[in-house]
Amino acid sequence: MDITLIYYLVPAMIMFCCGIYGFITRRNMIAMLISLELMLNAVDINFVVFNRFLYPEAMEGMFFTLFAIAIAAAETAVAIAIIINVFRAVNNVDARDLNKLKN
Amino acid sequence: MESVGSIIMYLIIALSIIVFSVLTVTTRKILRSATFLLFALFATAALYFKLDYEFLGAVQIAVYAGGIVVLFVFSILLTSRPGHSSEQLASRRRITGILAALATLVVAGGALWSRCSMAFAQLPAMSNPDMKEIGATLMGTGDGQLLLPFEAISVLLLACIIGGVVVARKR
Repeated sequence: MDITLIYYLVPAMIMFCCGIYGFITRRNMIAMLISLELMLNAVDINFVVFNRFLYPEAMEGMFFTLFAIAIAAAETAVAIAIIINVFRAVNNVDARDLNKLKN
Repeated sequence: MESVGSIIMYLIIALSIIVFSVLTVTTRKILRSATFLLFALFATAALYFKLDYEFLGAVQIAVYAGGIVVLFVFSILLTSRPGHSSEQLASRRRITGILAALATLVVAGGALWSRCSMAFAQLPAMSNPDMKEIGATLMGTGDGQLLLPFEAISVLLLACIIGGVVVARKR
């Protein structure tokens, strides 16, 4: 048995679909953020796998993943700051309760 | 032809990625969700190690598992009571989520299927990118070298620090 490109892409695809499912069904904002991390991670796997299997002499996929990890860390830090601030304002992190600006 | 150990390693990694991703989005306790996310990220790091990107695997563990998950755990403990589980999902919402996930699966699977020849590419030989090469690529200004994105990331991190302090500060 040879482990070809698709053997790595299928787990990443399932991971991405899990992220989408979680992002739609979750109400808690932190859980939504966790689903977002799953999706980002699946895309990172794709970059690395394509780089390794199709263009082993190049390193662009690896560096793109490095930068994506750095940006994901920055994004998470800001998002959690926002969530903590929301928690101070409405004492809850449920996405349904965030309708103060509506009325 | 791969060795048996390599195939077993692959199976462990792929199974743990799938199982822990599913558990992350289906468990009802949010702290458990963060823990399963940690395991899924570790499995991803193992996959990077298996594909000979040692530096990337180390970065994955240090930044994702060491930084982001700790942030998640802190904020979960700050904002929700321990042992509190989210309420049962309404079935309409669950169906919407499953439909969206399935639609994505079909589209992505179709895209993969349309590139059938590429999907069975073998693992080519590659020399591991060593630290010297990575450093030269990150710090050089020549063709294909990435000093400008590197500096842009550092400015982004500075903006993110200032933004985090401004947003989360007590008024």
